[in-house]
Amino acid sequence: MPTHQQFRLPDAGEGLTEAEIVQWHVAPGDTVEVNQQLVEIETAKSLVELPCPWAGVVVEILVTEGTTVDVGTPIVVVDTDPDGAPADAGTGDAGAAAGGAATPEPAAQAEGSGAVLVGYGVAGPGGSRRARRSTGAAAPAAAPAAPAAAPAAPAVAPAAAAQPVAPQPAAPAPAVPQPAERALAKPPVRKLARDLGVDLMSVDPTGPGGIVTREDVVAHHERSTARELATYAGDEEPWREGGSVTPDGRQTRVAVRSVRKRTAEAMVASAFTAPHVSVFHTVDVTRTMRLVERLRGDREFADVRVTPLLITAKALLVAVDRHPEINASWDDAAQEIVYKHYVNLGIAAATPRGLVVPNVKDAHRLDLKGLAQGIASLTATARSGRTSPSDMSDGTITITNVGVFGIDTGTPILNPGEAAILAFGAIRQQPWVHKGKIRKRWVTQLALSFDHRLVDGELGSRFLADVARVLEDPAQALVWG
Amino acid sequence: MNHQDGTQAAHEPGGEEMIQLLTPEGRRTAEGPSAPYAERVAHLDHAALRGLYRDMVLVRRFDDEATALQRQGELGLFPQCLGQEAAQVGSGRALAPQDYVFPSYREHGVAHTRGLDLAQILLQFRGVDHGGWDTEAHNFHLYTLVIGSHTLHATGYAMGVQRDGLVGTGDPERDTAVVAYFGDGSTAQGDVNEALVFAATTNAPVVFFCQNNQWAISEPTSRQSRVPLFHRGRGFGVPSVRVDGNDVLASYAVTAEALERARSGGGPTFVEAYTYRMGAHTTSDDPTRYRSRAQEQEWRERDPIDRLRRHLEAEGAWDESWASDLDAEADAFGERLRAYVRAIEAPPASSMFDTVYASEHGTVTADREWHAQYEAGFADADGDAEIATQGGAR
Repeated sequence: MPTHQQFRLPDAGEGLTEAEIVQWHVAPGDTVEVNQQLVEIETAKSLVELPCPWAGVVVEILVTEGTTVDVGTPIVVVDTDPDGAPADAGTGDAGAAAGGAATPEPAAQAEGSGAVLVGYGVAGPGGSRRARRSTGAAAPAAAPAAPAAAPAAPAVAPAAAAQPVAPQPAAPAPAVPQPAERALAKPPVRKLARDLGVDLMSVDPTGPGGIVTREDVVAHHERSTARELATYAGDEEPWREGGSVTPDGRQTRVAVRSVRKRTAEAMVASAFTAPHVSVFHTVDVTRTMRLVERLRGDREFADVRVTPLLITAKALLVAVDRHPEINASWDDAAQEIVYKHYVNLGIAAATPRGLVVPNVKDAHRLDLKGLAQGIASLTATARSGRTSPSDMSDGTITITNVGVFGIDTGTPILNPGEAAILAFGAIRQQPWVHKGKIRKRWVTQLALSFDHRLVDGELGSRFLADVARVLEDPAQALVWG
Repeated sequence: MNHQDGTQAAHEPGGEEMIQLLTPEGRRTAEGPSAPYAERVAHLDHAALRGLYRDMVLVRRFDDEATALQRQGELGLFPQCLGQEAAQVGSGRALAPQDYVFPSYREHGVAHTRGLDLAQILLQFRGVDHGGWDTEAHNFHLYTLVIGSHTLHATGYAMGVQRDGLVGTGDPERDTAVVAYFGDGSTAQGDVNEALVFAATTNAPVVFFCQNNQWAISEPTSRQSRVPLFHRGRGFGVPSVRVDGNDVLASYAVTAEALERARSGGGPTFVEAYTYRMGAHTTSDDPTRYRSRAQEQEWRERDPIDRLRRHLEAEGAWDESWASDLDAEADAFGERLRAYVRAIEAPPASSMFDTVYASEHGTVTADREWHAQYEAGFADADGDAEIATQGGAR
């Protein structure tokens, strides 16, 4: 069997992101030895040759000369076991893939560090480097053609400049047959041209020896840039700290970092691995509100905050005790369901840094006061931004208190690794049928999302009904507890 | 040579004061100031000369292989010692086991003479380890990337040797010298100058072995100093000598003399090994941007390995079957390096705390524990959930 190895473009310097393929020293079908020079590339720092890591036969060149590709992009395929394969297998493979692979990658997002070691970038006039390229890459005839093209350029330039510059100019400037050579420019100028979407071949060079200077590129860009849209005062200021305004002044872009990034990853992982089902329940919590009132006046609870959330947490713990199967997680790797003997109760908290979900460890062992203290210290820590990874790890079930924002309910997304999450909505006074009459009662909505892989509709519904039952009549906890 | 200053004789690179025992053509020589050094290599028989040749060939193979591995994306960076093998192997082979070496980052040849498996050097350049070897096992300190700072460490270590009474006892197994290896660019650093001040005034048993490879990255020596570099040592009152760094015999002889001075209580020596960096500064550098092909060609003709080969051939000490065995050995070495590098795994993070101090240290212990806890904090992924909400009451 042929063994095809892809050689990926390495970082030939320190922290380089891309390089240009200058010249291939091998062609498909060539036999190569370990460390035989395959290709010459040009990075922002230097012109270097890349040696082959394997012995074998070149199957396919994936990137054409003159193309700039990102580090990590496969550039050549080598068959390291050519003897094992019939010859036609290799060539057929190459032909099939060549069409797609020859398309150069757009190097739009190239963001080089720009940092170089001391002494770089100051090649003397007529240095050895340019000679090296022309002897290596261009046909002898191309050299005399270059000076001839320079005087002719001003004549075509106005016509070319009047055209709006295409973002990815694929074809060189029209009208005059160009030499096959590339425009001459220093690497930083090439980068500038690429960033501005300017085709170097269409720029009039004014530098010594016909090189395109930075000023040439900037001037060309200014001539050919469309007039910007009208903007309004303040549009050039980013709307968010750490953000930057887009060139048209109409958007602020902010890099995704830290908590925002982790939140996004966790939410995507959860939403697209666990099939979510949400069930809802509207419940009269007037008795819970009375209990909260009474406990607030109780001397034993004098130093802790008693809130409807606290009673809800307790109600959830009572319900977990009756339906322990809900306090579980899906172990996909082992193909097992893991039932937790403990409850680490997560409380979603909005903090200045973003959403964090610390959990009260072993909440099932805490009495009401202990639970109140646990929630209080956890939310205080979260708001001060000191929540540690261990505070957030190993949660088993979560409550999210959307009610504080005046919201009735929502369909929460599971904290990854958990099977259920309870959303607790706003508590409002509403007309409610109570003992056969319409009364003014405290009413709220509960929503429970659960992972349908391990929790069925019946279990989820019974669980939520039990939470609601306790909130409706806290005394029920005595019966079940 | 246009990059040299005008104060020295122009007919021969390195000048008339340069110690040379082997000409670029491979002939023995011992003229003028070089004459007293001939006896220091008189005991090296054909087998010994072939040994030096083997050292240099293996070091060059290491250099080539590591450079290729960097180009293949297996190493982050690599600094070649290409062209400097004679200065490194010659001086390294003059050392006694108890001597202690403080290298900079290009001393692969010296590492080889200290019995280090050169593969270990690649741990650092692959970026998985801060060091890579047991310094005490080879009396070969870790590579220092900060330019010249280790000359102070070497001088301090030498002052320690002095205070331990390991100098001037007359016992060849006991008397100890310390060698700091550094480059021409380093001599402009404050650290190197301070080290020379301390070494001179305390008479420390340290040898300052400066490899003048003509280029401090892209800066030629001519733009770093108005005088030959070895004159700088004299300014501190340190005996100083320039040696042909592409001559393995002269490098051996001059180092042997300097080591003898140090061990016997005679104090420091400054050696300038006049050589040439035939490769790039590192794999991130492109020397064609700042130096000419002609200059590179000029130095290629003074290649240290070719020079010794010509000498062996002229002496009748060259043996084809031995040479082909050596080629095979070098090839096998190259293959072993490739396999080794591709199989490298990162050492446990805790190992970075193990050898910070000789004995357990409170701060390091605390750091180690903190780091273990920090790592453990990632063990079970930090989960976040659903719509933005917050705990507490309304």
